Amino acid sequence: MPPRLKLFLPLILFAILALFLLRGLELDPKELPSALIDRPLPEFSLPALGEEKTLNRVSVTGKAALFNVWATWCVSCRVEHPYLQQLADNGVPIYGINYKDENAAALKWLDELGNPYLANIVDAQGTLGLDLGVYGAPETYLVDAQGVIRYRHVGVVDDRVWKTLLEPIYQQLLQGGSP
Amino acid sequence: MIPEIGHFALIMALALALILAIVPAWGAWCRNVAAMSLAPGLAMGLLFFVSISFVCLAYAFLQDDFSVKVVASNSNSLLPPVYKFSALWGNHEGSLLLWALILCAWTAAVALFSSQLPLLVLSRVLSVMGGVAVGFLSFSLLTSNPFERLLPSIPSDGSDLNPLLQDPGLIIHPPLLYMGYVGFSVAFAFAIAALLGGRLDAAWARWSRPWTNVAWAFLSLGIMLGSWWAYYELGWGGWWFWDPVENASFMPWLAGTALIHSLAVTEKRGVFKSWTVLLAIFAFSLSLLGTFMVRSGVLTSVHAFATDPARGMFILLFLAVVVGGSLTLYALRAPTVSSRVGFSWVSRESLLLLNNVVFLVATLTVLFGTLFPLIMDALAQGKYSVGPPYFNAVFVPLMALLAPFMGLGPVSRFKRDTLPRWTSELLVPAVAAIACGLTLPLLHGEYNLWVALAVTLAGWLLLGLLKDLWFRIGGGRDIPTGLRRITPSYWGMFLAHLGFAACVIGVVATTQYSLERDLKMSPGEREELAGYEYRFIELAAVRGPNFVADEARFEVWSGSELVARLAPQKRRYLATGSMMTEAAIDPGLFRDLYVAMGEPIGEEGAWAIRLHYKPMVRWMWLGAIFMGIGGILTSFDKRYRTQRSTSRSSATGAAHATQA
Repeated sequence: MPPRLKLFLPLILFAILALFLLRGLELDPKELPSALIDRPLPEFSLPALGEEKTLNRVSVTGKAALFNVWATWCVSCRVEHPYLQQLADNGVPIYGINYKDENAAALKWLDELGNPYLANIVDAQGTLGLDLGVYGAPETYLVDAQGVIRYRHVGVVDDRVWKTLLEPIYQQLLQGGSP
Repeated sequence: MIPEIGHFALIMALALALILAIVPAWGAWCRNVAAMSLAPGLAMGLLFFVSISFVCLAYAFLQDDFSVKVVASNSNSLLPPVYKFSALWGNHEGSLLLWALILCAWTAAVALFSSQLPLLVLSRVLSVMGGVAVGFLSFSLLTSNPFERLLPSIPSDGSDLNPLLQDPGLIIHPPLLYMGYVGFSVAFAFAIAALLGGRLDAAWARWSRPWTNVAWAFLSLGIMLGSWWAYYELGWGGWWFWDPVENASFMPWLAGTALIHSLAVTEKRGVFKSWTVLLAIFAFSLSLLGTFMVRSGVLTSVHAFATDPARGMFILLFLAVVVGGSLTLYALRAPTVSSRVGFSWVSRESLLLLNNVVFLVATLTVLFGTLFPLIMDALAQGKYSVGPPYFNAVFVPLMALLAPFMGLGPVSRFKRDTLPRWTSELLVPAVAAIACGLTLPLLHGEYNLWVALAVTLAGWLLLGLLKDLWFRIGGGRDIPTGLRRITPSYWGMFLAHLGFAACVIGVVATTQYSLERDLKMSPGEREELAGYEYRFIELAAVRGPNFVADEARFEVWSGSELVARLAPQKRRYLATGSMMTEAAIDPGLFRDLYVAMGEPIGEEGAWAIRLHYKPMVRWMWLGAIFMGIGGILTSFDKRYRTQRSTSRSSATGAAHATQA
């Protein structure tokens, strides 16, 4: 290679980098699609919070429902709790996944703040969370009647999130369609 | 009215920057002395107008002018005045104005302190800096105008500064960091001017060196403050996270470290010229790339600014013009003939070349790790996040590789040295360093191989430096005279290398020996950590100017001696309702004691409490301060100032212009 051409190498490398950066502008790094979208809820067998029974995949599926990952150590969970209660009062079925938490603290929380959940899966070791690819609490999954995950929301569920993102998909799931 | 004056001044500044970018460069092209002579005056005018703009925005913040959008969204009437002022740069628009102000200050400083420069070079340098200013000022005016008003519905109060930023460290961290980032634009401008003129010589390196060293010093101090802030403010005792924004500041530092060493070789020996120019372009390009990453939203980070694709596109275009343009110029103009000045493999040149390779590889690995998530996403390979394990695995061995050669550096000679001389000079330091490594970690009680290695390397650096200093002051015959002979630039190197040694020890010791316990504690309880007894005395409710807090009052006892009273807080800021952890720290040269509050547990006043014992964590920041002082000290060297009388004659331009 002639010596002059070698001097163009930095320019070429920069051009490649710039193309990636240009592409990067169109991508949203905060969007975290779950690897499990349109895949069945993972198999599990875990205790129910405050009840003498074991929950598994079959016992929590059958109708479209929300699966909410929460913990007492999670401040944002406290923020979204009243809204979940409101949804539950309006008849939206919500299952809780009590993620890496202590049973006593979780029971006390539900006792004080109210219990919007049909049942709570105790995921003390975070194994179900690992299978789901939980990024951090709170997270909420929409699961259809066949037990297939249809949507994942990372962060707090509030009125805006519910109305614009979750409810349209939930309504479709209720009608048996897929989003 | 005041914000409109600020806005107008910013527009005036842009006009002046445009003239500065075009007229003196044109003058240099066609040897028009009158056009070239305009450059220093234009640089001063530029600084004047940007300063007016900055003062107007500061005034809007201090006067709680909530009709200005950035004030309304980043300040609050309850905020203490000093934070009202620093809130100016706690947001994208204001920090961009600060950036522009610092850039113009550097430009004016070059105009002011460069009377020994040939006019031809000075006008090119200032023109390049004017061009960079055009980019940033138009970025500010076109996409992020800080003076945008919220009219007619003016909010009654502002929505407050992010509580994380309400902190003394954050008042000076961004200005220092920007001083460093932007300072590399001077080295960049000198490099471009040299390429334009086709004269890459020792004089060029001598002119850029003091500026580059000072910029590097500011960047060192800025990064250090950021790390220190993260340590005490985020509440879990971490001091470096390899977060994209931290990497954005660290990469220019790494490239800058290579640059200051490479400039030394170019000045002293006239070799590595093309390479040094490339590094100068590289260091400033990384500063711009950092700006792009922080402000465009291409990467997730805990402290990225609110982002906007239009801004991202603007910076990317700007980046393409500046970096693409300068690399094209480099490819066309850099000398291809290798220097006739040779050097043997056993020489200081080789050691500095090795320094350059290590720092360049380190920069590229950090760059690769930072951009990897973006690259994989762009190639539709899925979402990735690259965390500390990658960075530690590549970075730590590189630095460990560097240290043995770094100890040789000061003792070595340019051009040709001999291995037997190195051996005879450094055998004693080497043996002593190994002895230190074997014994000193025992003082801590628990022997740790990593600490032993770090102590050996740091000891090697220190003893090599001392040996060299001893040699330079004449081996102790006449110490006062000998010390007076030592130049500021040597002291600067000495301090900076010493600082690096302190960093090595601090980082390794605190990583290896730190202890922490997460506990549930109630008032009256006692817990033990690393030989200290932490007594939770009482819980209190306190009120600050714009927050209320729960305060846990602790006493730390060592045996029967009270070591410290610590009062960590859990604050709730009134304007936003956000919760903040305020850790309490008892600092010490050999250990920090650190208490932070988690969440309340139950009704009886019990809290989740985190206790830390952090040995030698201060050494890391102390080391960075040494590096900063060292970098600044080098610029006081007499040889950067004595050229004045001889080059005055050529400053009229004619004599020099014909040569160039």
